[in-house]
Amino acid sequence: MEVIHSIRPLLAVLVSLFITPVLVSSRSENVREAWTFDAAVSKFLIVLSMLPLILKGFQIEFNLFEIMPGLSIGFRVDALGMLFALVSSSLWIITSAYSIGYMRGLKEHSQTRYFCFFAFALSATIGVAFSANLLTLYLFYELLSFATYPLVTHHQDQEARSSGRKYLFYIVGSSIGLVLPAMVITYKLSGTLEFSREGILAGYGARALIPLLLLMFLFGFAKVAIMPFHAWLPAAMVAPTPVSALLHAVAVVKVGAFSIIRVITGVFGIGLLSSLNLGPLILTLASVTIITGSLIALFQDNLKRLLAFSTISQLSYIVLGLGLLSSKGLLGAMIHIAMHAFGKITLFFCAGAIAVSTGKKNISEMVGIGRRMPITMTAFFIGSLSIIGMPPCGGFLSKWYLALGSIEADYKIVLIVLILSSFLNAAYFIPIVYRAFFCSPEESQFDDKIREAPPFCVIPLVITAIISILLLFYPQPFFRLAYLIIESMGV
Amino acid sequence: MSNQYPVIIVISPLLSAFFVSIAGWLRRSLCFPISVGSLSLSSYSSIALLFKVLKDGDILYRLGGWPPPWGIAYYVDRLNALLLPVVSIVALLNLIATKRSVEEEFSEKIGAFYTLYLLMVTGLLGIVITGDAFNLYVLLEIASLSGYGLIAMGEDRAPLSALTYLYMGTIGACFYLLGIGYLYIVTGSLNMMDISKILPALYGSKAVLTAFVICTVGLWLKMAFFPLHGWLPNAYTYAPSASSSLIAPLMTKVMIYVMIRLMFTVFTPEFTFKVLTVNRYIVWIAVVAIVAGAIMALSERKLKMMLTYIIISEVGYMVGGIWLGNREGAIGAIFHIVNDAFMTLCVFLVVGNIVYKMKGYGSPELKRLFSKMPFTMGAFVIGALSIIGVPPTCGFFSKWFLLLGAFKARHYGFMIALIFSSLINVILFFRVMEEAYFEEGHLDGNHSSHGIDEAPLSMVVPLLIVAVVLVLIGISSGKIVEEIINQAIPGVIL
Repeated sequence: MEVIHSIRPLLAVLVSLFITPVLVSSRSENVREAWTFDAAVSKFLIVLSMLPLILKGFQIEFNLFEIMPGLSIGFRVDALGMLFALVSSSLWIITSAYSIGYMRGLKEHSQTRYFCFFAFALSATIGVAFSANLLTLYLFYELLSFATYPLVTHHQDQEARSSGRKYLFYIVGSSIGLVLPAMVITYKLSGTLEFSREGILAGYGARALIPLLLLMFLFGFAKVAIMPFHAWLPAAMVAPTPVSALLHAVAVVKVGAFSIIRVITGVFGIGLLSSLNLGPLILTLASVTIITGSLIALFQDNLKRLLAFSTISQLSYIVLGLGLLSSKGLLGAMIHIAMHAFGKITLFFCAGAIAVSTGKKNISEMVGIGRRMPITMTAFFIGSLSIIGMPPCGGFLSKWYLALGSIEADYKIVLIVLILSSFLNAAYFIPIVYRAFFCSPEESQFDDKIREAPPFCVIPLVITAIISILLLFYPQPFFRLAYLIIESMGV
Repeated sequence: MSNQYPVIIVISPLLSAFFVSIAGWLRRSLCFPISVGSLSLSSYSSIALLFKVLKDGDILYRLGGWPPPWGIAYYVDRLNALLLPVVSIVALLNLIATKRSVEEEFSEKIGAFYTLYLLMVTGLLGIVITGDAFNLYVLLEIASLSGYGLIAMGEDRAPLSALTYLYMGTIGACFYLLGIGYLYIVTGSLNMMDISKILPALYGSKAVLTAFVICTVGLWLKMAFFPLHGWLPNAYTYAPSASSSLIAPLMTKVMIYVMIRLMFTVFTPEFTFKVLTVNRYIVWIAVVAIVAGAIMALSERKLKMMLTYIIISEVGYMVGGIWLGNREGAIGAIFHIVNDAFMTLCVFLVVGNIVYKMKGYGSPELKRLFSKMPFTMGAFVIGALSIIGVPPTCGFFSKWFLLLGAFKARHYGFMIALIFSSLINVILFFRVMEEAYFEEGHLDGNHSSHGIDEAPLSMVVPLLIVAVVLVLIGISSGKIVEEIINQAIPGVIL
């Protein structure tokens, strides 16, 4: 594999960080938002400019500093990082537009702080995506935790305070308490933290430690919300909805999933895990989370909490795909990063649009809302289909490959989990849509006049809904990246 | 001049102390510039000396040209060459940052304050640079006595706390002196290099063992190593801001340096780790120190007092790291001396700024501080992240080496203690930040009425420099570790 040295990965990380002083000093809101867009578009373009090289099979490297041999801060863009960076940087542009509609629509306070930390969080997200080693990944992972804290606690009230505590307790607690020692042990055993194709730990003894290390990493990267380390995600829903949409459906939680993928493929290596037969362990954790998350979601009345539990369960699909330790399963896991992102962000956008337009947050108060907000609720329907995994939405593809993977790896029970979960997804999403559109005039809580949220809210959710559909027909970019990853690992 | 760097570093603040005390009588406005000038000269010389040592190797400097063991020798290797700039720069930055609060607090006594300040720095620099065990004691007393004075200049409970500190500190220094006395009896020398050459034949001697134990315990008392820490929290809390932000970053750290010097140079690592076989137990005491410091900090709601308990915890890091007896642990401990000096300076300067503007650091004064003093609080966040140990701040990297050392020595207790204290630190600092961030009542769209009410520029700029330094050290930790610290540790430690 050929390596190109370029500063572009660093630029992609920093572009949104450098924007923050400008945001703070902007005189008017419009100027500030223009700069946010500027940063978002530049970030996306920088990421995009690296795509052709990656598709040709190159890797792009940039080393910042070496701390000790095998211990450095550096970037390496490969297909996996590219896939994740593409998803999160493209969605940042859409979310920025949505943020304007949402924050102004609700007349939120401290918008400058909000946009600054949003930009900061995106820097950290891209940093994770392009990390060349575990240390760099950890660095950006931690920065992301701290950058999102002011976003989660944006309302600065008592509820935000207790949710913020929960957020830090789970996320920072687990990363310092579990990942840091696991990293130290990994480094001590192997003398390096650079991700490698066959896995850092592949050639080293200490096999008894491997399952322990695996568990430390799986639970330590609590952003992936494997139960019982999931409770921060519903708590984080006190944040403004654009934060929940981009960070807690895409960036933050996928950083968790991404870290797990990196650790499993680059630190342990598929070969080591299958030789130790650790797949079932991962599969069990993931399956339990998938089913339990969906079951809890069934009983939620608050729409955002429902989406949070749905996210918890969907994130474990990625872990599940990894646990299959087969090429189809891996493919499904990686594609799921993109598919779930577009589907779930649409749903969050819809929840936010409903809040902006009607102030309603509970599902029981949304009977007949389809008459008032038909566009929003149609998009909601599309997003739900994508999450359930039904055509004509992209979500179908990832579930399809996960199912193929479970057959390939000969885990029938996993297939049952997948089917059961899709059924549960349908059970909590479809009634919302149904009752929004089909109800008797007496039941309806809204009149027939169409009043959508402001255009800045509606247009983004229409775009993401359309992309969710298009992804079924044109998934090639993501598939090509995913194939590259699998090829490079030689599974 | 470049051959005279070692003596300039110490002489410059010493002589200036006299001038400052005279200026205190004649013209008070001169005190500050003289102090800044002298510490700038020390800082410059110590940095130049560091580069010289890196280039040419260790330096032996004979004071007055007298050959050791009769004369006093300054012996500069990579270990103290690294710490000299740390001490002088921390002292200089703190001097500049606290100018305004010193003027406000001691308008009449500025001369006295700056004299003591310079004497204390002289003592600390001298302790670090000297190669003579008895000379070290003298300088230790200079630093300590001026330290007591600096603390006693505070209000309400400061004199009482200084008195307690004086009692405990004097006992500690006496222990050290007693130990050196034993060494002198058996070896007939006070020069560290000399002693270390004579000692190996005497490792079996009870007197040598006693000397080591007494010296070490004395130093533990001076560095507030749990359970000998009782004097520290009050002394550091009730001291005036400008004093506490000098003493808290430096005093305990310099004492740890002396302990390392004693373990590695005066007594060789063979003696410390092979002849004595207690190092694992001492690491266990350090574990207790770390955990106890963290828990005491947790039970303390007053910001400054809480920070002093964190120092006790951090002392446990360093003592434990060095006593692990392996290279990674030693690197971690020595690197942590550097980092902790700057981290502590950072958070204590923040407290100084808050006290200057808000006249206190209780819960009411902390309210809405993020919007009132954004730069000060920004520096606080960086300092906090460093103490918690989040990359890329320097605190992470020293903790990393400590953890590596602990794992290498299979000392899981120490590993768990380090992780535990990091987690507690998260709670401690976010508790403070919550106070400063959350507000009562509902917020509406427009709250620009709370304007910025930041401390003066002369206080904020040095603080921000310290915050940037925390990140810079973190980023360049590879170089510092490889080129300086790793080579400062005796080769027999693997």
